[in-house]
Amino acid sequence: MPAAKTQEKPRSFQDLILTLHDYWSAQGCVILQPHDVEVGAGTLHPATVLRALGPKPWNAAYVQPSRRPGDGRYGENPNRLQHYYQYQVILKPNPPNMQDLYLGSLEAIGLDLRTHDIRFVEDDWENPTVGAWGLGWEVWCDGMEVSQYTYFQQVGGLDVSPVAGELTYGLERLAMYVFGVDNVYDLPFNDPDAPLGHLTYGDVFLENERQQSEANFHGYDVAVLKRQFEDMEEQVPLMLARSYQGKSLVLPAYDMVLKASHLFNLMNARGAIAVAERASYIGRIRDLCKLCASAWVEQQEAA
Amino acid sequence: MPQLLLELFSEEIPARMQAGAARDLERMAREHLAAAGFLPEALKTFAGPRRLTLVVEGLPIAQADRKEELKGPRVGAPPQAMEGFLRKAGLTQDQLVERDGVWMAFIEKTGRPTTEIVAEMVEAIIRGFPWPKSMTWGTSKLRWVRPLKRILCVFDREVVPFAIEGIEAGDITEGHRFMRVGFGWGGQPFKARDFDEYAKGLLEHFVVLDVEERKARILEGCKTLCFARNLELVEDLGLLEEVAGLAEWPTPVLGDMDPAFLDLPGEVIRTSMRTHQKYFAVRDPATGGLAPHFITIANVQSADGGAVIAAGNAKVLSSRLSDARFFWDEDVKVGFEPWLEKLNGVTFHAKLGTMAQRVERIVALAGEIAPLVGADVAKAKEAARLAKADLASQMVGEFPELQGLMGGYYARAAGLDPEIADAIRDHYKPQGPSDAVPTAPLSVAVALADKLDTLVGFFAIDEKPTGSKDPYALRRAALGVIRILLTGVRIPLSDPLAIAWLRTQAAHEVRQPVPTAPGIITKRTIGISVYPDSEFSGEVDPVAQAQLDQAVAELLTFFADRLKVTLKDQGKRHDLVDAVFALGDDDLVRIVARVEALDGFLKTDDGKNLLAGYKRASNILKAEEKKGWKGEGEAELLPNASEPEVALHDALRLVRQPLADALKAEDFTAAMQELAGLRGPVDAFLDGVFVNSDVAAERDSRLKTLAAVRDAMGQVADFSLIGG
Repeated sequence: MPAAKTQEKPRSFQDLILTLHDYWSAQGCVILQPHDVEVGAGTLHPATVLRALGPKPWNAAYVQPSRRPGDGRYGENPNRLQHYYQYQVILKPNPPNMQDLYLGSLEAIGLDLRTHDIRFVEDDWENPTVGAWGLGWEVWCDGMEVSQYTYFQQVGGLDVSPVAGELTYGLERLAMYVFGVDNVYDLPFNDPDAPLGHLTYGDVFLENERQQSEANFHGYDVAVLKRQFEDMEEQVPLMLARSYQGKSLVLPAYDMVLKASHLFNLMNARGAIAVAERASYIGRIRDLCKLCASAWVEQQEAA
Repeated sequence: MPQLLLELFSEEIPARMQAGAARDLERMAREHLAAAGFLPEALKTFAGPRRLTLVVEGLPIAQADRKEELKGPRVGAPPQAMEGFLRKAGLTQDQLVERDGVWMAFIEKTGRPTTEIVAEMVEAIIRGFPWPKSMTWGTSKLRWVRPLKRILCVFDREVVPFAIEGIEAGDITEGHRFMRVGFGWGGQPFKARDFDEYAKGLLEHFVVLDVEERKARILEGCKTLCFARNLELVEDLGLLEEVAGLAEWPTPVLGDMDPAFLDLPGEVIRTSMRTHQKYFAVRDPATGGLAPHFITIANVQSADGGAVIAAGNAKVLSSRLSDARFFWDEDVKVGFEPWLEKLNGVTFHAKLGTMAQRVERIVALAGEIAPLVGADVAKAKEAARLAKADLASQMVGEFPELQGLMGGYYARAAGLDPEIADAIRDHYKPQGPSDAVPTAPLSVAVALADKLDTLVGFFAIDEKPTGSKDPYALRRAALGVIRILLTGVRIPLSDPLAIAWLRTQAAHEVRQPVPTAPGIITKRTIGISVYPDSEFSGEVDPVAQAQLDQAVAELLTFFADRLKVTLKDQGKRHDLVDAVFALGDDDLVRIVARVEALDGFLKTDDGKNLLAGYKRASNILKAEEKKGWKGEGEAELLPNASEPEVALHDALRLVRQPLADALKAEDFTAAMQELAGLRGPVDAFLDGVFVNSDVAAERDSRLKTLAAVRDAMGQVADFSLIGG
């Protein structure tokens, strides 16, 4: 068991992350680091999309930087970011007391469950680009959505069996609530009394939001994005056709799917995708994802 | 008699599914118990955020023993037949008894214990429950709406022993998810062996079982909060139902809203509160306007009286309303023309083109309807052109239910003609049975054009409603048209339907209606001649005209069906609508006036008898017409005509002019009174005259007289379609 750190209320954004790490580590999760390819949500990390599939148990927690190019506001909106953090927990098979474990994590970050109003409000989750859906809830704390809670039913068009439970915490929003801050850039990134100096979220990320917003909306060359997308699309089946020690190269192929997906998001933010084309692009990414998912399940079941 | 108590305890059930689940549980339990031969004294179900509960009073402890008689083969039947029968009955031949030359088996079946039947019933209910969406969890193979955690099942105060996929039935349930007696949080388990213990235990553990009780507590709590601050609750039954499904211990908490937001339209504030946050709005009784507060229904009663909850929710609401303010400001800046541009890129339906194309059709149709309803043509076209623009606004993107309404606000903000702004606002109306019907001529023109275009479009691509499926809400559209027209708007419905059809057909690939003998015959040669200024003026070939007639007839039949439903709700007979529609009229106001007069007439003695006479006459005529009789020319009295023949002739002659006058004046009650004058002579004729005389001239004269009766009555309604 880790030290009793979880008893103290976190004092900063990074402390909140460490508290969650401690908590989920104590429950038996492996604590992973972010995946090093740009993704739009923590779910897309191979630790969730791929590991949710197949018969093997898997319990993991990690922070995933998430990029939503279209959500950039040049650092001028107090709630919206094109780069933000999700805290992701995946438990397979979901333990019977998963809801209580989740509520325990809220308590660990300092929310008193008899003072606040916590609700599980129906919200069926789906992510069409990876052919995934599940049933669950948005979790509300005093009227604010603080997490998404999902029992995965399908990923990559395949049934998830045993069922994996997924928790996604929007870290900035949760931190703003816990610390009573109205502007994300005012969040204490580290301890306000840190001896080496205190930084806010804005000190760390404001300039990044400004530059990336400009690049997302005006900077990227659409023709280049399109070509890169098509390159990735072409490479995925080729990569899957290669194998090492009798196993098709699913993991590198899946990284390429992620890249294609991010390139699509960039094209979308640039306004380069007509309404009518959108569905077809999403379908193309989903098909690639399905190829990877099937190959992965085959390997998992053979092992 | 013993009682059965069942509770299926799960993780949070979506609020919108709870009421249906309670009904399904009740139905399934009733069916299973009835199939086992039980007739319980009382059966009740409850549904809430985490539990479905069933209580059945007055079940016996076992089924009654039953005696069954089975009829076997005849005495002397082939041995195979006997063997088969014995196998089926599970008996040997010496156990059979001979009766009237047939072998009979008398089997006594011992009734099974109720607990066995209950165990089977619960398993069947769980495995077959019709959740709108269900899921699996962990390694279980079970499906439920969310993970099923516990089964409490007691009969006659004893646990019914069974297990389903590892979940064992017991006598334990648990209380509120957070609230408990003493320190800490979390559901406390407790034991219940019957319903009284169960209901009492739940209350002690902060759970209100009955949704009606939860709703009552919410309303009462809201009103108490309002009273203390001299506020008034904005009641919202849909929201009440929903929040009662989100809390086991519903606790209203009043929070404050920044009054600066009150300059937003009230509907925007209320919609944001309701759809995003599930809050009730409150009014200031002095002004009738919204007050800067809200009420949220919390699931916990917190030690600080809800202060933290109120503050947290207030913050969320502020950020929601800031978004709404942002949308408003942006929308006012952008305005109508760029939105209309955007509608070019919005698909209305794959087969019916873009929203911009739809707007063009509505503009044309509104312009054509305008003169018929007393609206200015240019204004009607302009209102129709702008009516759909707000679909591209940010606010409507966020709150689709504010379509139209926002367009109206934005039109006023842009300084447009208030009549046009109102027409934009009201053109979707009436939406539901309680929604107001537009009456301003301009609004009527656009509202009719909008709905008729929808109906014609979807009929043209063969997307008519079937059974309970009506994905494009065409029934509601037709009903909307009917309600608007019945405020006294007189238009021949065929004309706009025909032109809308031609216009849809010109722009899109539509089905070709196959002309059949239509239920409703359109009165006029429609379309073309009516709108000489339209792009469809000129000659049409007969095939196209026949298809158009058929298309319009199908649409009118659809209207007739909706009208029947409307009139049936008012207690009118549906066959009267058929009888009147069969005349080929397409003016709903006149049709309803006829139906009402007819309804009144058929309730009188004269009416009933005349209808009976009509039926006799028309049966005779039908039989003769089948044999080839053609009644050409007027009926002429023969010199030797009998007294009843003369009397009927006189009556028919006398009724002709007044009947025509009454119909022309659309005084249908008077027309019915004229017909009533025929009753006596018709009865006397049918009773006293032998129609099928051997003398051909006599027969012909008498048949023609009956035909004249049929024709006279036929001007008022097609009496052959009226049931006896």
